[in-house]
Amino acid sequence: MSSNIIELIRENVIQGRVTKDDEGIEEGMAGQPGVTELVEEALASGADVSEVISKGLTASMEVVGQKFETGEYFIPDMLASAEAVGAAMEILKPHLQKSGIKPKGKILIATVKGDIHDIGKNIVIILLRGAGYQVKDIGNNIEAKDIVKAVREEKPDYLGLSALLTSTMVSMEDTIQALEESGLRDKVKIIIGGAPVSEEYAREIGADGYGADGFHAVSVIEALNDSE
Amino acid sequence: MTEDLLVKIKENVIQGRKTKDDMGIDESLSGTPGVLELTESAISDSVSPDSIIIEALTPGMEIVGEKYSKKEYFIPDMLASADAVGAAMDVLKPLLEKSNVETKGKFVIATVKGDIHDIGKNIVAILLKGAGYQVIDIGTDASEDKIVDVIRQENPEYLGLSALLTTTMKEMDTIIKALKENKLRDKVKVLIGGAAVSDEYAREIGADAFCADGFEAIKVLEKCQAA
Amino acid sequence: MPREGILIEKPLERLSCEQVQQIHDASIEILNNLGLLCFNKNAAKIYQGSGAAVSKVSGSNIPCWHIKIPEKLVTAALDSAPCTVTLGARNPDNALVMRGDEPRVYFITGSETNTWLDVDFPTYVSKADPKKEIKIPEFKPRRGTVADLCDSAHVCEHLETVDGYIRTVNIQDKDINEDNKDVNKYFACLNNTTKHVMSGLTNLKQLDDVVKMAEIIAGGRDNLKNNPLISFITCLVKSPLQFVDDTTETFMEVCKRGLPIVVSSSPQAGTSAPIKEAGILAQINAEVLAGITLGQLVNKGTPVLYGTVPVRARMDTLGDSYGSVETSQYNIDCAQMARFYSLPNYSTSGVCDVKIPGQQSSIERLFSDILVTLSGPQFLHCAFGLLDCNSVFCLLQAVLDNAHFKMIKFFLKSPGINEQELETVKKQIRDVVATPQKMFINYIRPVMRTGEISPPYPFEGEGDSDSVFALANGHLQELLAKPVEHIDRATTAKIYREIPGLLPRLNVYKGG
Ligand code: B12
Ligand code: B12
Repeated sequence: MSSNIIELIRENVIQGRVTKDDEGIEEGMAGQPGVTELVEEALASGADVSEVISKGLTASMEVVGQKFETGEYFIPDMLASAEAVGAAMEILKPHLQKSGIKPKGKILIATVKGDIHDIGKNIVIILLRGAGYQVKDIGNNIEAKDIVKAVREEKPDYLGLSALLTSTMVSMEDTIQALEESGLRDKVKIIIGGAPVSEEYAREIGADGYGADGFHAVSVIEALNDSE
Repeated sequence: MTEDLLVKIKENVIQGRKTKDDMGIDESLSGTPGVLELTESAISDSVSPDSIIIEALTPGMEIVGEKYSKKEYFIPDMLASADAVGAAMDVLKPLLEKSNVETKGKFVIATVKGDIHDIGKNIVAILLKGAGYQVIDIGTDASEDKIVDVIRQENPEYLGLSALLTTTMKEMDTIIKALKENKLRDKVKVLIGGAAVSDEYAREIGADAFCADGFEAIKVLEKCQAA
Repeated sequence: MPREGILIEKPLERLSCEQVQQIHDASIEILNNLGLLCFNKNAAKIYQGSGAAVSKVSGSNIPCWHIKIPEKLVTAALDSAPCTVTLGARNPDNALVMRGDEPRVYFITGSETNTWLDVDFPTYVSKADPKKEIKIPEFKPRRGTVADLCDSAHVCEHLETVDGYIRTVNIQDKDINEDNKDVNKYFACLNNTTKHVMSGLTNLKQLDDVVKMAEIIAGGRDNLKNNPLISFITCLVKSPLQFVDDTTETFMEVCKRGLPIVVSSSPQAGTSAPIKEAGILAQINAEVLAGITLGQLVNKGTPVLYGTVPVRARMDTLGDSYGSVETSQYNIDCAQMARFYSLPNYSTSGVCDVKIPGQQSSIERLFSDILVTLSGPQFLHCAFGLLDCNSVFCLLQAVLDNAHFKMIKFFLKSPGINEQELETVKKQIRDVVATPQKMFINYIRPVMRTGEISPPYPFEGEGDSDSVFALANGHLQELLAKPVEHIDRATTAKIYREIPGLLPRLNVYKGG
């Protein structure tokens, strides 16, 4: 029974179906339960949470990643699967501690002051959620002081900053400065991204990492995690 | 007065105006006499045919050639000038013969049997005329018999053959063989051209030269003359 | 089920209705008052017997007649020439149905180039940095062979946008001569593609053998009539206004047999036609009408295509300039004239002036390919692989052309806007706007694999490298390795038994 439902979760992650209303890649799946419904069902039937995560979610995301690399899947497929995993993790969150699983960490993310570009940031969020992180989006055009406030309240492990304009990337430096002044800089690892910024710029302003795209963002954060 | 006429002839060669009805590049010339009328006036003023050629037609064509190399002139300009010179040469021909001036030579040209492409051949004919050769064009679809007849009658120094089809180019071979059989091959230099043929093919069939275009033909002929 | 081609819902037209009528009137006047020179005796006779004013031209070194064609002969021919011409195919699903009143475009290869271009990718080492190596495509010309023709037909069989096949390369093997060229040419094409095959004829003597071969493949004379898997093209008119002897003879013989034929005229604006648009149009239209009229007099109702290959002269050589902008203008106008007569149009696009694939070739061909396609000619000889004004053929270029024709076809799909669609998308917009991220990504997925989204350029390189040629060449090799459906063993045997002159090396079943 529970291995059966994990198999179904796995299949639906690969199909990228968050809820029962979603279509997958194969036809005729709409209407059948999606990943969120299946995860609820698994919890109700007392399935092992760690097994749901490792076999149902993580392993199937690996399959999706492979399909993407071989050109069978496109980015929207990848994002749909990641979204399904993200939604599943959201449901599983309250049960993690009970099952003795250490959550992967909390990430706060924002587009900096003066900048309203958020497509890239949104993609990064979906992929990070799909990788098992708990991500809180504080939106775009966010002032340094508001970011500081959010870090103080949410106590995230990581802070992601996005900027798409050469004129707003300086806001990243301002934000880091403000965190230092508030004594919070050591409490959080900062990773930046967006078209005008670079590895070099990250070093220059004292950020901890730079992510060229969503996949890179995941691996950079994973690397920061390991180095702890 | 003579000077003046020669200058005008040269100028009209450069303008590519054969007769008074032709438009030149300089529009203001329309209606004024062209190369043909001016050459006729010069003849009736007893200007020597020699000086008409050497002082007006040839240097005029040289300037046209330069302008063409510099891309200031296009082929249609070049052809108009060559056509004007050709027309003047036709008028001068009887006089030259009388005064025993050597002409550059006779050139018989034809598109071979089975082939009706003649745009390229016509261009070559005009350019050669403009360069001072006497050109006899026997048209398209010319059989080897016809060509042999013309060579025998006209006794030209040169024969030019054009073929645009790979199926008709072998007619050139047939023609050269027919010339040999009729003991005419040594009397005439054979030049071939057209998109289907090549240098290699010229060698293969024993033609004297392949020419990629009319200008190359002029160069080849000049070499023949020098030799 | 014929091939679909691409229907142009709103054809691009340059001429007003009034201008179309004016061109028509001018052409009729040219035919009636000025007339044509005719170097073919039989054609002159037929015209004479039909009420045209025919007189022998004296003083011409080749026999020649002067023909003035009255308007009523032209009108009758336009009435009897069929509006719909079907070009069959070995695989009937590849048939092409061309209706003179419907701008449905079929893309067809073309020409008979003398030169075949091979491609190689030698490696170059940087002088400054010997560790740095790049591969640069190198193109090597040589004379075309029958093996090349087979390869070309084979690849075109697999190129999706190629709707029909005109032999692309002139076969110049040592053992090909005037007496066996046509049968080998047609066999090489027919055996390597199941699409329609069109060609010109080198030698009238081979016409019956070629037709017989087609009958054997089609399964008899009647079947060939219903599924004419071969057709012909003849340049019977030489501009300005002259019926050529041999091609006119070929034309009439094909008409007698009732097989589809293109009445083609190829005036060059500047040398064999006026440089002005009005002039070349009035002349080419007169020339094609004269040819069509002759065809209908020979065999009333025989299928003909209104064939127009107008081109502007280059100013530096007086050769053709297919890459010139005017050439596209003339072709677009001719498509409109053919539509005025409700006759299918044979048109040309995509030929470029440059000798090798590259930027100039891409720009020149795309320019005319897009514009002339939009004008809606039924039979578009769109120069797959052709370079150097039709003198050079390169398979790599054909593969590249296929990619851009896919784009053109995609572009021409109808917009698909209707009430139901609008309801669906309005809901989509409402739903997405209500989400924090406001992204439509999820709605891409259902259409991503259905062909509703245009694919990326297939030969896109990685990073900032331009590897178009190398990638296209890779694809070309795949296509060459992919088998084609040859004519079956028994039919092949029958063809070899009954048709003289076929080269044994073209028989794929020999030895086993
Ligand atoms: C779409 C777009 C817009 C949209 C934004 C819609 C939206 N919801 O975001 C609109 C039309 C609103 C817009 C507005 C403007 N734009 Co704009 N815009 C773009 C454009 C074309 C694409 C950006 C994009 O979405 N890319 C697609 C995503 C997937 O890529 P991405 O953003 O780079 O994100 C990836 C990575 O960078 C990385 N990443 C991104 N963020 C983060 C964060 C973290 C933490 C990590 C790890 C990784 C990461 O991962 C992402 C996923 O792979 C860019 C051009 C470009 N090529 O970048 C111009 C561009 C950024 N815009 C530009 C400009 C000038 C403007 C305007 C100022 C124009 C104006 N005069 O009004 C306004 C800005 C207003 C403002 N205050 O911000 C310029 C900036 C030039 C400069 N000076 O720096 C650009 C470069 C265009 C140009 N060449 O002129 N823009
Ligand atoms: C225009 C043209 C026609 C016109 C001819 C009009 C005319 N008045 O000549 C028409 C439409 C009538 C025509 C008919 C045919 N044509 Co055609 N035609 C061409 C085309 C497009 C251009 C030729 C041309 O005029 N070029 C411009 C001139 C300026 O260049 P040129 O001729 O090469 O001449 C220059 C040089 O070569 C050189 N030169 C030429 N001759 C000579 C001679 C001498 C002595 C010298 C020194 C130099 C020289 O100097 C010239 C000036 O620079 C060519 C394609 C091509 N790219 O060559 C096909 C082409 C030659 N034709 C071709 C074909 C197949 C035909 C037809 C058989 C078609 C048919 N199925 O009906 C018929 C032939 C009928 C026949 N019996 O001949 C093929 C030949 C392929 C092959 N088998 O070899 C070609 C190559 C087109 C193709 N790729 O399919 N054609």
